[in-house]
Amino acid sequence: MTPRKHIRLDLADLRADLDAIAGWIQPGERVLDLGCGDGLLLRRLMDEKQVIGYGIEKDPAGVLACLKSGVNVIQVNLERGLAGFEDGAFDHVIMSLSLQMIQNTVGLLKELLRVGREAVVSFPNFGYYTHRQAILKGRMPVSESLPYQWFDTPNVRFFTIADFEALCQEQGIAILETIALDNGERVTEDINFLADTAIYRLGRL
Amino acid sequence: MNDVISGSVGLVCPQTFHCADPLPLKSGALLPEFSLVYETYGTLNSDASNAVLVCHALSGNHHVAGYTDAADIDGTTGWWDNLVGPGKPLDTNKFFVVGVNNLGGCYGSSGPNTKHPKTGKLYGADFPVVTVEDWVASQARLADHLGVQSWAAVVGGSLGGMQALQWTLSYPDRLQHAVVVASAPKLTAQNIAFNEVARQAILTDPEFYGGHYYEQGVVPARGLKLARMLGHITYLSDDQMAEKFGRSLKDGALKYSYETDFQIESYLRYQGEKFSGYFDANTYLLTTKALDYFDPAESTGGNLDAALAGAKADFLLVAFTTDWRFSPERSREIMTALVHNGRRVSYAEIDSVHGHDSFLMDDAQYHAVLRTYFEEVVL
Repeated sequence: MTPRKHIRLDLADLRADLDAIAGWIQPGERVLDLGCGDGLLLRRLMDEKQVIGYGIEKDPAGVLACLKSGVNVIQVNLERGLAGFEDGAFDHVIMSLSLQMIQNTVGLLKELLRVGREAVVSFPNFGYYTHRQAILKGRMPVSESLPYQWFDTPNVRFFTIADFEALCQEQGIAILETIALDNGERVTEDINFLADTAIYRLGRL
Repeated sequence: MNDVISGSVGLVCPQTFHCADPLPLKSGALLPEFSLVYETYGTLNSDASNAVLVCHALSGNHHVAGYTDAADIDGTTGWWDNLVGPGKPLDTNKFFVVGVNNLGGCYGSSGPNTKHPKTGKLYGADFPVVTVEDWVASQARLADHLGVQSWAAVVGGSLGGMQALQWTLSYPDRLQHAVVVASAPKLTAQNIAFNEVARQAILTDPEFYGGHYYEQGVVPARGLKLARMLGHITYLSDDQMAEKFGRSLKDGALKYSYETDFQIESYLRYQGEKFSGYFDANTYLLTTKALDYFDPAESTGGNLDAALAGAKADFLLVAFTTDWRFSPERSREIMTALVHNGRRVSYAEIDSVHGHDSFLMDDAQYHAVLRTYFEEVVL
C-alpha cells in the first residue's frame, strides 16, 4: 500500500502536526522525512531551519511535486526499510501520520532509530473518544483523523496512544517528548481519550 | 527554417575541436594531440551559464538531437532526440546543449579508426586504452574551447551516467548539476563477464588481425555481431522479450535445423548485422574496457562515501525497475553515498518494461521527472 497521507486529513491537525515537528528540529540538521508526500514539511524546514533534508516518497506524483518545490526526494518503497543508509546518518527521521499505513511497524521503528539520532512519529489515535463511541454503537470509527471507511482505508495498523507507548517500552524506545492534539489544539490530560492525534519525539534508550 | 519539424532542433552539422596540447591518460600513456567531434543545440547565453553536456553510452555518439540529412530525417535523427529540443524536457530554448563523440570513438573523434598524427597510419590497436576519467578530461578541454567555465548540467545514461558522475569528482567546480540515468558506481562481476564474452567474440574473429584489420581491408564483422547480440539481450527485460517475441516463429513452422526458427533469433541477428555494418570493433573493445575500469571508490578502499566526498554538484539519479544490467540497486548505492555526504540528491525509480534501454525511451513519468528537474535548474 502506497502511503497517501494528508489527502483527506483535517487541515488544522496537519498544520498543528507540522508545527510541532518543526519545533523539534534545530537549524542545519540532517532530516529524513518518510512518506514526504509533496514535500511540504521539508520545504518549510529547508526555508525556516536551513536543514539538509531528504524525503522518501513512492508515489510518482509526489516525486514530481517534490522536484517542483526543489525538495530532495528519494523514490523507494518503505516496506523495504532503510537499507543502505548508515547508522546515525540523520539527526531526525520523521514519519508524519503514516506509521499506521506500514505493515512492518516494529521493524520500521527500529530502522528510524538506527539511521536517525532521534525519530519524530505522529499517528491518529484510535482511542479518541469519538472513535470509542462509534465502536460502542457497533460501527468502525470515521472521523477527521481517521477519515476512511473500513473497506477503503490505506491504514493497516489500528492502535491507541496507550498501545504505542506500551510498544515503545517493550522495544526499549525512549519517549523523549509527547504532543497530543484535538482538532489542532493541545491536550494535556487523559490524552488517550481526548486526543485525536499524537506526536512523539523518540530516542534510543 | 520552415523545414524544421516541431520540437526538433532541425538540421545539424557536426564540428571538430582539435586540441594540440598533450593529454596525459590514466594508464600513464600520453596522447600527444587529439580531436573531438561535437554538435551543439540552442544558444550559449552571455555569461555561458546555460551549457549542458550530454555524454553518450557504449554505442552512442555526438549526434544527440536533430537530423543530419533533411532528405532522410527519420534515418538521421539523433539518439536522444526525444529528450533534447525546443520545448522538450531538456529544452534548447533554455539550454545550450553539447553532444560529443568520446575519445576512442568511431564517429570522427580521435580513435582507432583515425590517423596517428606522427605516422599518418590508422591507429588501429595502437590507440591507447582510455578511461572515463580520460574522457572527462578531454571534455573539459572542449568546455574550455567553447568558453564554458561551468556546465549547468552534465547528463548521461549508462556509461554516459558514469561520465556525469566522474565530472563531479574530476572537476567539482565546473558543473552545477549531474543527471545520472540508469548507471552504476562500478560494474559488477556479472557485468564485466558480459563485456569479456563480447570482447572475446571480437578478439577471436579471424579477421581481427590484432586490431589492425583496416590494413587488411576487412572488418571482424562476425565478432562484432556476436558482441552486439549478447549486449542486446542484456539491454532488454525478460518480460519485454517475452511480450515482444515470445516463442513466435519466423517462418510459421520449426525447421529442425540450425537456421532461424524463432523471431527472437531473427531479431538478434538483424540487430547484430546492422551494428557490425557501422560500428568499429576496436572502439567496442576500448569502450567496454572503460566501463570495466570505472570505479571511483578504488582509490578509497572501496568506500563510495569517501570517494564522492569531493563532489559539489546537485544530483538527479534515475533508474528503471526492469533494468537488470544497471539495476536500481546500483543507483541507490550512489544515492546513499551522496546522502551520507549531505549532497543535494533526488532519486527516481521509474516503472518501465524496457529494461536498460528504458533510458532512451519516451516514458511519461521519466520525461516528466527530467523536465521538472531541468525546469528548476537556475542559470
